[in-house]
Amino acid sequence: MDLINLAIILVQAGILVNLMLMAAAYMVLAERKISAYIQLRLGPNRVGPWGLFQSFADVFKLYLKEDIVPAAADYKFHALAPVIAIGVAVTVYAVIPFSGPLVTIGGKSYGLAMAPNMNVALLVILAMTSVGVYGVALAGWSSNSKYSLMGGLRSSAQMISYELSMGLAVVGVVLIGGSLNLIELIQYQTAHGWNIFYQPLGFLIFLITALAETNRAPFDLPEAEPELVGGYHTEYSGMKFGLLYLAEYANILASSAIMATLFLGGWDIIPFVDEAALLGLDPTGLPMVLAGHVAFLSKAFVLVFVFIWIRWSLPRFRYDQLMNLGWKVLLPLSLANIAVTGIVMLLLN
Amino acid sequence: MANVTENTESQRLTFWERIYLPEIARGLGLTFRQMFRPTFTRQYPEERWIPEGSYRGRPVLVLEEEGERCVACGLCSRVCPALAIEVRAGETEQEKERYPELFEINMLRCIYCGFCEEVCPEEAIVMSKDYELVFSSQEEGILGKDKLLVPVAQLQERLEFLRQWR
Repeated sequence: MDLINLAIILVQAGILVNLMLMAAAYMVLAERKISAYIQLRLGPNRVGPWGLFQSFADVFKLYLKEDIVPAAADYKFHALAPVIAIGVAVTVYAVIPFSGPLVTIGGKSYGLAMAPNMNVALLVILAMTSVGVYGVALAGWSSNSKYSLMGGLRSSAQMISYELSMGLAVVGVVLIGGSLNLIELIQYQTAHGWNIFYQPLGFLIFLITALAETNRAPFDLPEAEPELVGGYHTEYSGMKFGLLYLAEYANILASSAIMATLFLGGWDIIPFVDEAALLGLDPTGLPMVLAGHVAFLSKAFVLVFVFIWIRWSLPRFRYDQLMNLGWKVLLPLSLANIAVTGIVMLLLN
Repeated sequence: MANVTENTESQRLTFWERIYLPEIARGLGLTFRQMFRPTFTRQYPEERWIPEGSYRGRPVLVLEEEGERCVACGLCSRVCPALAIEVRAGETEQEKERYPELFEINMLRCIYCGFCEEVCPEEAIVMSKDYELVFSSQEEGILGKDKLLVPVAQLQERLEFLRQWR
């Protein structure tokens, strides 16, 4: 690998990490604003116009806060847990194809994606999202507090129950697209229409399991504040808490981006319409790729809005209800989805 | 059989209600509509709420041109359930003969019950509309005559309310 290549990869990584941090900051603001408007309030509006700098004020405050480690906590693991949480959350961004090839340097084209043509990208995503629970479980265990431990345990149990249905919901998409490569899945959807029209049940199951995977309401049992104080991050303060919080929002954006890729056609702007041919543009040219990038981000952020919207509409599930839904409803449904998809694919071929 | 409940909530639900999704969609629709309704928030330091005459805020002493109305009878101090009022009487050349040398209300003790106002024979202590009570020390919470005396013109609304309803 030569130096130019290394420099390009570093620039890509820098852009992606900054994109994630900015997006997370503004998702926090969006969450507060949307929740406020749903509850007929105004939300933060003092820091900057319309409260636009509120998140930066919050981060600044978190940096200045004292970093408290409980005397009974295991210091090393207590410090390691937020690193794992944020590290895993960032790793997922490496394989998400945020845009097609934008620039060509030295005969190779680069877009806003670190590993765009990875042939097992989908497996990497599934693997990394399940590793994410280590951060939460470790945070809960190392704090040496009963609330934190309960939160961590719940998170692990929830992850095991919902990871299964999530993986199976994705199998339908893989059966149709015939690939684990995200770019090939997007190209298939551009040609044949979005997967949400062929896999509505798969999309629904993926959405529900994604809510559970990212510990969002109505499945936010690991941090259920009426029962567990703060859940797994009860004993965290300062920027360590900030990192756990950031990882949560990074995971939401990653899940939304994955859903946009798998079910909503990725860079495709309008389903069943060949926009490039309609406008007479080169589908790999810069204008179309940029439009596709904007379309991808719009889809991802609409899904982020759905995440927030669901959180402020639905009450939290009880623990047994959560397990019932995961094992008795979603698992059989996703298995049935695979069976039906497989039979239909077999008959069509 | 014991412990068998018939006609429970879950049995009365229709099929569509039992699979939850349409009901969840309805709930989401409700919250989505809420977003476009006007908000209730009052932007406090800029928009202040002005209470009606019936409001019981900080108790104050009525100040007229010739001085305070208070004759230092001490009834308010006697009736105060929180023991917040201290009055020391003095003699004066005026027609009323007595006046409060010292009149202190400890706002950290006051419970805004309005008994002092109710018991006052001279209508000399009334509840004002002032609800912005901030102190930076405990000593500052004890208000003396300098802070308690309020010109009668500012208290007209409360005095009229008392005459009409008491």
